[in-house]
Amino acid sequence: MTNAPDRFALLQRLLHWLMAVCIFVMLFIGVGMVSTVAPKYLPLILIHKTLGVALLFLVLMRLALRLYYGAPPLPADLPRATKVGAALSHQALYALMIVMPLLGLGMLWAAAYPVVLYGGIQIPALLPQSDGVHTLLWNAHFYLGFAFFALVLLHLAAGLFHALIRRDGVFEKMALFRLPGRTAP
Amino acid sequence: MKQSGKLPRSSLGSLVLIAAVLGGGAAAFAYSAGWLSPGRLTPGRMIEALAPPGGAPPGYRRNHAKGICFTGVFEANGNGVELSRAKAFAQGRYPALGRFNLGTADPNAVDATVRVRGLGLMISPAEGEEWRTAMINPPVFAVSTPQAFHDLLLAAGSKNPEAMKAFVGANPEFAGFASWAKTAPWTGSYAEEPYNGLNSFIFTNASGTEHAVRWSLLPSAKPIPVSKAELDERGPDFLEQEITERVRTAGPQRWTMLVTVADPSDPTADPSKAWPQGRRTVEVGTLVVQRIEPERDGPCRDINFDPTVLPPGMRVSDDPFPAARSSVYRKSYDLRTAEAKDYPRNKAAKP
Repeated sequence: MTNAPDRFALLQRLLHWLMAVCIFVMLFIGVGMVSTVAPKYLPLILIHKTLGVALLFLVLMRLALRLYYGAPPLPADLPRATKVGAALSHQALYALMIVMPLLGLGMLWAAAYPVVLYGGIQIPALLPQSDGVHTLLWNAHFYLGFAFFALVLLHLAAGLFHALIRRDGVFEKMALFRLPGRTAP
Repeated sequence: MKQSGKLPRSSLGSLVLIAAVLGGGAAAFAYSAGWLSPGRLTPGRMIEALAPPGGAPPGYRRNHAKGICFTGVFEANGNGVELSRAKAFAQGRYPALGRFNLGTADPNAVDATVRVRGLGLMISPAEGEEWRTAMINPPVFAVSTPQAFHDLLLAAGSKNPEAMKAFVGANPEFAGFASWAKTAPWTGSYAEEPYNGLNSFIFTNASGTEHAVRWSLLPSAKPIPVSKAELDERGPDFLEQEITERVRTAGPQRWTMLVTVADPSDPTADPSKAWPQGRRTVEVGTLVVQRIEPERDGPCRDINFDPTVLPPGMRVSDDPFPAARSSVYRKSYDLRTAEAKDYPRNKAAKP
């Protein structure tokens, strides 16, 4: 690609960091809400459902922006295996961002729970109650949640590795601000 | 541009920083999950405490495990509109689905051995207006907090004869329930029981005025006291047989729904404390039970009677139980739906 941008478009970067915060919050709330019987269970689950649906819209927007703007290339000197790993992990992150809210909604529908978000917003059920489907989607949502968290940590580690150790400008492509004294190569 | 493969001198410190960020993230996650807090009352621990000595029978609800489905209508008379803008209170007839049940974790319990009888109810006036509630026949709940309920389960299941005594000493509010259990007359029918919501909720009407309320279902059938000894001689499933037969031969059974409005000084956070006599009550409608179906293939089987599924115009109060019940019922639902093969339906699977 010639004329490749040296970093992601501002809108892409803003969306990345907004979603990063939301996804972190989602994962922590998710694992926390299922392990408490305290009154906070209800607000936590309400936030989890509302934020989940919001994130589904955000990731679709993000995907559209990615297809429109593309992504700046990785440094030429990055080992091939690392490049493949980066591509695969980013694809997995996109897949999880899309699939997790759908699994969450699906498991609620298959359990015949009304889905009501913050502000009383209703999401109509697209699946009938089914023990088998509920169990399948519940398991997927549960176990993929842990995989998602692991992947988020890996992604964070890789970002910090680029920022602090390799200092190859990869982190700066997604950073909101240009770090003082550094320019993207 | 850095030379590939060569790391700058400061990288050890950076590696430590990265490890600390990851370790901190993982530790915070573990804390959120409760893995570092073995004392936390989780839905899983509550369900463990509910399990009978032989373990919970797979495929069934983890409490109130024995039950039978009903369908019918809720006839709202319109009086409830002054308290809540919920559609279920606007004058009209709305589909109702529910479940008569026994307060036991054993789906094969002998009916005469279970003191607490319950009714789960779902009223569905329209999409987005669903109201679920699960009620029981004692006039007060046994304990003040979910933690105390967990303690009660442990004490009641303990082999140590002192455990119950210690529990009652630590939870004097238990006396109200215990005295009901000891003195209230038994009846021979689900149709002759009152069912009390016990938890407090906040109703909001169309003009935004809020009231703390509790609700009850009062039977039209006259309660006929039957001695425990006499019930012991009836069959193990006499309650299910009786309600099936009664609805088949005598027709629909009715309950008046009564909403009691709290005074500002009344305790809303503690379902073991009855509100004083003479509080304002509003009859909001009638539950009409028209048809009884066994649970195995019945419509109530698919429903979690989660008391926090509330329509607009109703919300939880400072009573800690609805949230705890929601959390535990959900876990029970997750478990039993995953075990559905252990409680097989007679019919072919739904389309």
